[in-house]
Amino acid sequence: MSSESGRIYRDLQRAAGPIIVVERVTDVAFGELVEVLCGDGTIRRGTVLDVSTERAVIQVFEGAEGLSLRNTAVKFLGKALELAVSPALLGRVLSGAGRPLDGMPLPFEGETRSIYGSAINPVDRDYPMDVIETGMSVIDTMNTLVRGQKLPIFSGNGLPHNELAAQIARQARIRGTDENFAVVFAAMGVKHDDATYFREELERTGALANATMFLNLASDPPEERLVTPRCALTLAEELAFKHDYHVLVILTDMTNYCEALREMTSARGEVPSRKGYPGYLYSDLAEIYERCGRIKTSKGSITQLPILTMPNDDITHPIPDLTGYITEGQIVLDRELHQKGVYPPINPLPSLSRIMKDAIGGERTREDHPNVTNQLYSSYASVGNIRSLAAIVGAEELTDSDQRHLRFGDAFEAKFVGQGRDERRTIEQSLTRAWEMLGLLPHDALHRVTPEQIEQYYEASSGVDEEE
Amino acid sequence: MESQSVLLRVNGPVVFASNMGMAGLGEQVDVGDEKLTGEIIALENDVATIQVYEDTIGLKPGEPVSACGEPLSVWLGPGILRSIYDGIQRPLQKLYEYSGTFLERGLSTPGIDLEKRWPFTPVKQAGSAIVDLSVLGEVPETELITHRVMVPRGITGSLTWIAEAGEYTVTDVIAKVATADGEREISMLHKWPIRKPRPIAKRLAPRIPVITGQRVIDFLFPAARGGACAIPGGFGTGKTVTQHQLAKWSDVDMIVYIGCGERGNEMTQVLEEFPVLKDPRSGKPIMERTALIANTSNMPVTAREASIYTGITMAEYYRDMGYHVAIMADSTSRWAEALREISGRLEQMPAEEGYPAYLASRIGEVYERAGRSEIVDSDGSKREGSVTIIGAVSPPGGDFSEPVVTHTKRFVRTFWGLDRDLASARHFPSIHWNTSYSEYDVSAWYAEHVDLPWAELRERAKALLKEDEQLQNIVKLIGADALPDKQRITIESARLVKEAFLQQAAFSEVDSYCPLEKQLAMIDIILTFHSLALQASADGQPVHKIVSSPLVEEIHRMKEAIPAAEMERFVDLKRRIEAELKG
Repeated sequence: MSSESGRIYRDLQRAAGPIIVVERVTDVAFGELVEVLCGDGTIRRGTVLDVSTERAVIQVFEGAEGLSLRNTAVKFLGKALELAVSPALLGRVLSGAGRPLDGMPLPFEGETRSIYGSAINPVDRDYPMDVIETGMSVIDTMNTLVRGQKLPIFSGNGLPHNELAAQIARQARIRGTDENFAVVFAAMGVKHDDATYFREELERTGALANATMFLNLASDPPEERLVTPRCALTLAEELAFKHDYHVLVILTDMTNYCEALREMTSARGEVPSRKGYPGYLYSDLAEIYERCGRIKTSKGSITQLPILTMPNDDITHPIPDLTGYITEGQIVLDRELHQKGVYPPINPLPSLSRIMKDAIGGERTREDHPNVTNQLYSSYASVGNIRSLAAIVGAEELTDSDQRHLRFGDAFEAKFVGQGRDERRTIEQSLTRAWEMLGLLPHDALHRVTPEQIEQYYEASSGVDEEE
Repeated sequence: MESQSVLLRVNGPVVFASNMGMAGLGEQVDVGDEKLTGEIIALENDVATIQVYEDTIGLKPGEPVSACGEPLSVWLGPGILRSIYDGIQRPLQKLYEYSGTFLERGLSTPGIDLEKRWPFTPVKQAGSAIVDLSVLGEVPETELITHRVMVPRGITGSLTWIAEAGEYTVTDVIAKVATADGEREISMLHKWPIRKPRPIAKRLAPRIPVITGQRVIDFLFPAARGGACAIPGGFGTGKTVTQHQLAKWSDVDMIVYIGCGERGNEMTQVLEEFPVLKDPRSGKPIMERTALIANTSNMPVTAREASIYTGITMAEYYRDMGYHVAIMADSTSRWAEALREISGRLEQMPAEEGYPAYLASRIGEVYERAGRSEIVDSDGSKREGSVTIIGAVSPPGGDFSEPVVTHTKRFVRTFWGLDRDLASARHFPSIHWNTSYSEYDVSAWYAEHVDLPWAELRERAKALLKEDEQLQNIVKLIGADALPDKQRITIESARLVKEAFLQQAAFSEVDSYCPLEKQLAMIDIILTFHSLALQASADGQPVHKIVSSPLVEEIHRMKEAIPAAEMERFVDLKRRIEAELKG
C-alpha cells in the first residue's frame, strides 16, 4: 500500500446507515482506512469495503448519521486500520477502536500492526496441553480448560455469565506455575452496568494492572463493534507471541458483534443467508476465534473465553451454532439450573471441551480423571430419562437403581456443579467430590471406570452421603 | 499470453479485471503487484471475474493482472506424501521458512520440491510399447509407498530411451517416447487441472469393504473401496474424532486428509500425532502414507473452495499408480459455505438457505470422483486402485434436513449419522444405528475372509436393535420393570450391543482399533447370551438373576479386558455363558 497520505475527496454520492459512497476516486485500496471530516469539524473513521475505478464504498465506524453529501470530505490514509501495540497498554482502558478512554495519551512505543492480522501457519502451532485450573469443579473435571484453547460460554439473558467469566479470570491458574499473566477484555455493545462490573472486579482483585479493556458500549456505534475484537486480539498476539505473556481474552458479547455485522451487510444490500446474517458469518467469526493458541517459537499463549447470549436460549441459532463449529467446545449455562439456585448453572451435558482429552489423566491431573469424567456424563445423562419416568409413574414405583440415580442427580447438581462465588477447589478436591457423588450409585452401574478405580476410590466414598 | 489487463474493482475475495478477452474460463491468473494467485470464474465483455486465493486487503484498481495460460492445477510427482499443503498446494513448511509464524501472501512456491534428488529405478526398457499411464520406473517415496512414475495421459508410442537407475530431480528427463507426433521427453513431474477428474480406465464395482477397526462401521455400516460416504453431525458429536480414527486405522494404502475450513489446533494435532502413531498392519508411522491439506477456517475462503479438488486430484493420481486411497474431507459444509460466500459476492440469485442453485451439482461432481478402477499396462500387467471419499458434513443446528446434508445423501451410499443425544451421554462413536445406512454389498468379501457368518450376525443384531427401539418407547412411559420377562431380556441384550459393542473409545489403547475377528467374536457372544437368556427364562430361570449375573459385567468389560491377541478368551467366555444359562 502506498505511504502517501492525505488524498482528500469532497462530495459524497450516497450516505445510508453506516455506508457512504465516494465517486471518481483513484489509487484507493481495498480495506484502506479513511478519515471522514464532517462539516462540524469532527473526524470519524472508516474502511473501504468495495472499490472500483469509479467509486469507493466506505463503512464509517461511527455511522453516517449527520453527514451531509456536500459538506463532508473523505481522506484516504493509505493503510489499513492499524493499532500500535505493546505491553505498555496493560492497565489501560480504550475505546472499541483503540482510542484512550482514561484521559491519558497512548504510549509512544509499540509495533504498529494491521488489526486484521493473518492466519497462523498450522506448521508453527503447538498443540495445547497445559490444564488451566479454574477452581470450578464442573469445568475442571468435565470441561477442562486448556491453555491456548478457545472455549465460549453460551448463555442467555439474565444468566450469570459475567460472574462466571470474572470468576474464571480471577481464579485461573496453571497447575504448579506462576508466569506472566494478562487479561485482554473486549466489550462489544454491552450495557454500562456490565462494563462497570468487569472493571470493578478487575480492580478489586488487583488484576487491572495486568489487563487492557476495549470498551464498546451499547450506546456506542455498532460499526465500531466490528473492529473491537480485532483490536483486542492484535494486542493479545503481541503480548503472547512477542512478550511471552499468557493472555486470557474475554470477548463479550459476540451476539452483539454478529448483530452489528448483520446491520452493516444489510445496509450494503448483500444477499443474506440464515436469519438475515451474511453468508460469510462463519469465515468472519473464524477470523476472530482462530487468533488463539500457542506457537512453537514463543512461550506465551492466547486463551479465548468468548461470551455469547443465545437469542431465546436457542442453541441452534446461527450465532451459537457457527461458534460451536469453530471453537474447541463450549460451556452452556442452563436456565433451569439457575432457577434451582445452582451457581454456576453449567449444564454439563451440552457442554464440551474438545482438547481436554490429551491434557488430563496420568501425571497431568490424576489417573482416574478421564474415566470419572465419562462416568459422570453417562450417569447424569441417564438421570434425565429417569426423572421424566418418575414424573409419570412416581418416584416410589422406580427400581432401587433408578431411585439411587435420582439421589445422585440432585446431589450432583447441588454439591458438585454448585459452589460458592469465591470458592476455589483444586482438581483433586473436585475429583474426590466426584467420587462422593458416584458413591451414591450402585457399583454395577459404573461401567466407565475400571474395577481397580472402583476399589480405590468408590469403596472409600460410597455411603458417605447416605448419612447426610 | 501477455495482456495489458488491470484491476477494475475489488470486493473482498472477488475482483474484476479488464481486457481479458483472450483468457479462458477457469484459467489461473496473477493478481496485482504482489501476484496473488487467482482463478477466472466468469467472463463477460472482456471483463473477467476472478476469485483470489489470498487476502485482498490493499489491492487497488489499476494494478496489473496477468493470465497464466493454464487452468488452476496441482503438481504431481514424488514428494506429495508426508507433505502439508494449503488449499492450493503450497507447502506450509516452505511458507513457514519464508514468512514465519503468520502466513504472508503473494508467496508462490511449487507444491513439489524441484531440487530434491530421488532414487529412480527403471522398470521398462527402450523399445517397450507405451500406453496411457504406463509405469516407467519406481521411486521409493516413503517407507510405505513406492511412487510409480507414469507416462502422462495422452502419450502412446514406444520408448526410445530411459534413464539408468540413479538419482534425479523431478524435472530431469527420465525417458523419451516416440509418438505419432514426434518424440516426447518425460520427467517425473507433471501438472493436472484440479477441477478436471482424471479418467477411470475401467470402473470396477465397489464390493470390497474398507476395514476401519471401528465396530459400528465395519460390522453395521461398512464403507467400500471406491465408495462415497458421509458423516453428518452437529458440533460436538464427534465428526473430527471419527475422521481421525478412519484416517489412522483404515486398511487403505494412502490417506489424503483435507482440513477444509476447520480448526487450526486440530490440524496441529494431526501433525503431531500422525508421525508418531503406528499403522497396525505395517508398524510404520501413519504419516508415511498420508498427505495433508490444511486450509483452516481463517485462511482464505476461496482456497478452501479449491482444497477439496486439490486433494481429490492427488488421490486420483495415486489411484492411477495402483493404490487404494481414502480421502477425508472435514468438512464439506465449510466448502459449501465457501461456494455460498463467493456466489453472494457475485450477486447470484440464491436458492435454499442462500446457497447457489448449483450446490447440488457441485456436490455430485465431487462424490462422483470416487471409484475403483483397473489399469492395464502395455505389458498386460494389471493394477487396481481406488479413491474412497469420506466427507464430514456440519449441518447447522444438527438438522439433517438442511441443503448440504440432503444433497449429499443423494450422492453417497454410506451414511453415518451422528447423534447429539448419544454424544451427550458420551456414547462414541455417536453413529446412530437408526439413521445410518450402507448400501454397499460387501457380503461376498466377508463370507470369503472371516470365519463367523457376518451377514447373519449383522441381521440378528439389527433386528435386536430395532426391537429395542420400539420397547424403549414403552419403557419411557412405564419403566423397564413393568415389562414381561422376554422383553426385559431383549432390552438388556440390546444394551449390551450398544454399550459393550458399538461404543468404542478412540483414546483407549486396547480398543481404539478392533480387528475384524475380535469384532465378530464380541457380537457373537452378545447374541449367544441373548438367545440363551431367552431360552433360560422360558425354562423358568428368574430374569433378575440372569441380567445381574457377573457374566453380564464381564461382557460389558470384554472390549477392554480381552486384547485381540488373546482370542481364546472369547471362546472361554462363550463356553461359560453357555454353561451357566443352559445349566
